[in-house]
Amino acid sequence: MPSFPGRHTQHLLGLQGMTPDQIEPLLDLAESYALLNRSRKVSRDVLRGRTLINLFFEDSTRTRTSFELAGKRLGADVINMSVAQSSVNKGETLLDTAATLNAMQADLLVVRHAQSGAPALLAQKVEACVVNAGDGTHEHPTQALLDALTIRRHCGHLAGLTVAICGDVAHSRVARSDIHLLTTMGSRVRVVGPPTLVPNALRHLGVEVFHTMEEGLKDVDVVIMLRLQRERMSAGLIPSAREYFRFYGLDNRRLALAKPNALVMHPGPMNRGVEIDSQVADSDQSVIQEQVEMGVAVRMAVLDRLTRSRHSA
Amino acid sequence: MSTLLFENVRLLDPSAELDQPGRLLVRNGVIEATDKAGAEGKPEDAQIIDGHGAVLCPGLVDMRVEIGEPGHEYRETIASAARAASAGGITTIAVLPTCEPAIDNPALVRLLRGRGEETGAISILPYGALTKGCKGQELAEIGLLNEAGAVAFTDGARAIDPARLMRQALTYASGFNAMVVQHPEEPSLAGSGCATAGELATRMGLPGIPTVAEAIMIARDIRLAELTGGRLHFGHVSTGEGVELIRQAKARGVPVTCDTAPHYIDLNENAIGDFRTYAKFSPPLRSEADRLAVCAGLADGTIDAIASDHLPRDADDKRLPFAQAATGGTGMVTLLGVTLGRVHDGTLTLAQAIALLTHKPAGLLRSKAGTLAKGAAADLCLFAPERSWLVEAGSLPGRAQNTPFDGRALEGKVLGTWKAGRAVYGATAA
Repeated sequence: MPSFPGRHTQHLLGLQGMTPDQIEPLLDLAESYALLNRSRKVSRDVLRGRTLINLFFEDSTRTRTSFELAGKRLGADVINMSVAQSSVNKGETLLDTAATLNAMQADLLVVRHAQSGAPALLAQKVEACVVNAGDGTHEHPTQALLDALTIRRHCGHLAGLTVAICGDVAHSRVARSDIHLLTTMGSRVRVVGPPTLVPNALRHLGVEVFHTMEEGLKDVDVVIMLRLQRERMSAGLIPSAREYFRFYGLDNRRLALAKPNALVMHPGPMNRGVEIDSQVADSDQSVIQEQVEMGVAVRMAVLDRLTRSRHSA
Repeated sequence: MSTLLFENVRLLDPSAELDQPGRLLVRNGVIEATDKAGAEGKPEDAQIIDGHGAVLCPGLVDMRVEIGEPGHEYRETIASAARAASAGGITTIAVLPTCEPAIDNPALVRLLRGRGEETGAISILPYGALTKGCKGQELAEIGLLNEAGAVAFTDGARAIDPARLMRQALTYASGFNAMVVQHPEEPSLAGSGCATAGELATRMGLPGIPTVAEAIMIARDIRLAELTGGRLHFGHVSTGEGVELIRQAKARGVPVTCDTAPHYIDLNENAIGDFRTYAKFSPPLRSEADRLAVCAGLADGTIDAIASDHLPRDADDKRLPFAQAATGGTGMVTLLGVTLGRVHDGTLTLAQAIALLTHKPAGLLRSKAGTLAKGAAADLCLFAPERSWLVEAGSLPGRAQNTPFDGRALEGKVLGTWKAGRAVYGATAA
């Protein structure tokens, strides 16, 4: 996993630059945790005595809960710090926070921050393993890993699949991590949406750019819908929610253009009627709930791997 | 006062097309004579300085420097800036008006000039604020500031936004034959961007500024300079398109000039990889193609000067998530070494490089500095063009340590600096 030079501690800051032989074993481990979770046979010894701090500078219920559950299932002591309303507002800098956390001797630090690169900055200063739980518009690696695991369970493999990522790709850390992971694993990735949210510069990331759903969804194996933030409308990137749904929302008619039984995914939380129609969200093709389940398994795998690397270093 | 004789030096003064081995005599702080190597006879009382073949050129003139004083002394004071300047071979600096308070009244212009003299190491040429408080609303007292000794007018790194205001500024300033200096970036396109829009910014998830933001502002203001006849100068030009617009305007005879900064001719945007805030600048670092185009603009004379764009910041300003971190780098100590990199790679001749650092910026600012002419103040820089040294943040002279060149070996070392005949840096400095 990517780490900073000169340090033994490993971090998961992003998926850019990771290789298939780093990703595949992680997905395998996550898969085995998924099975153990279902049979409720997870050993709580894996992270016994370890301290995991969830450091969330931005509100998030799902991701935080998922990491909390992952840590607890493996036996870690889990502490949640929502910094959005605590000391950072009193002028404490990110690096002051890092010093505080070092003093607490955390083993694992799960960081969500509104600024791209903030977990990387923290990772330079803390002794714990840092897991990026979403930074600005940069990366959200565990989301991409859980997406990949969900796809792999249904399709059996990632290589050769065509995956359409639809919506606000420009501002999406999920999309960036998905793109890095899926292209690395040999999937063909399309990004679909209005040019203000899906700029042509995304081609540099190795994806095909489409500006209509009709072209973008044709014959794809997987459709990943992204959440549309309200602020994109106030910023003038989209005129209105109804216009967005009219041209870029996923409904049954558009889904029919994809391959039969194509998977429908969404990182959540969904805006029903804005980017996705309820009929599609609740259909048999939707694996949105399974994504949540795989999220816990993937995070268990990541915490396990990082802790082991830390103590073998 | 003393008499100094520089012997065994390569005299280099592009303003007089002088480049030859020789000697230089200083008496009472003034250059008295230069002669060729091998000349005999020396004044009895002269202190001899043997240059061992190093280059002796006019003290460098840095036309774009920000100092923290007044207002942000924790970043840099005038005294610490003078130490940095001396170590960089710089004896004259033009200081931006964007301190606190902004340099928008004549007393502050006189204060800054006087504070420069007090250091005994640098002359400060203050820029006057173009608008009151550098707030971009109403014109500052350009006439009074000019009379007090402001050398040109600008709002620093804040672009003059409304076209109407720029038109008025150029028109009014032309009555005093004063130069207006623009930050070439269309502000609404720049928005909250912090990197050049493109693949790297997309990968890093950073809001991008399209390079065309520079060209749009330059194109607009060139048209306004043509309309008004005002003297217009663009600070830190960084894109090929911007350089090309200025090249064409000069060919048409428009009174427009520009400078660039060492980081735009030495680094490209890849320097911000891994969210390295010490390479965060405004305008942001550009693509390699733009860097090369800026170098070409230096070589063909489109760009009139290289200025350090010295912008002191402390660690707390920089150790933040990238988008929140301050822009700018300390630049005076590394100005000559980085510039000479473009000599060593064949982009510029040594004479061209030194011209861009001496008489050319001095001419833009109507300063008499930047020459070895008889009767000129003995502001001198002695340097070894090929001697290398290591840039180490934390141990640079001066207070500000926020260099983007940390860890780099630069070829071109200042051996000594003299201000009006007084050694202010180097082995012979007191």
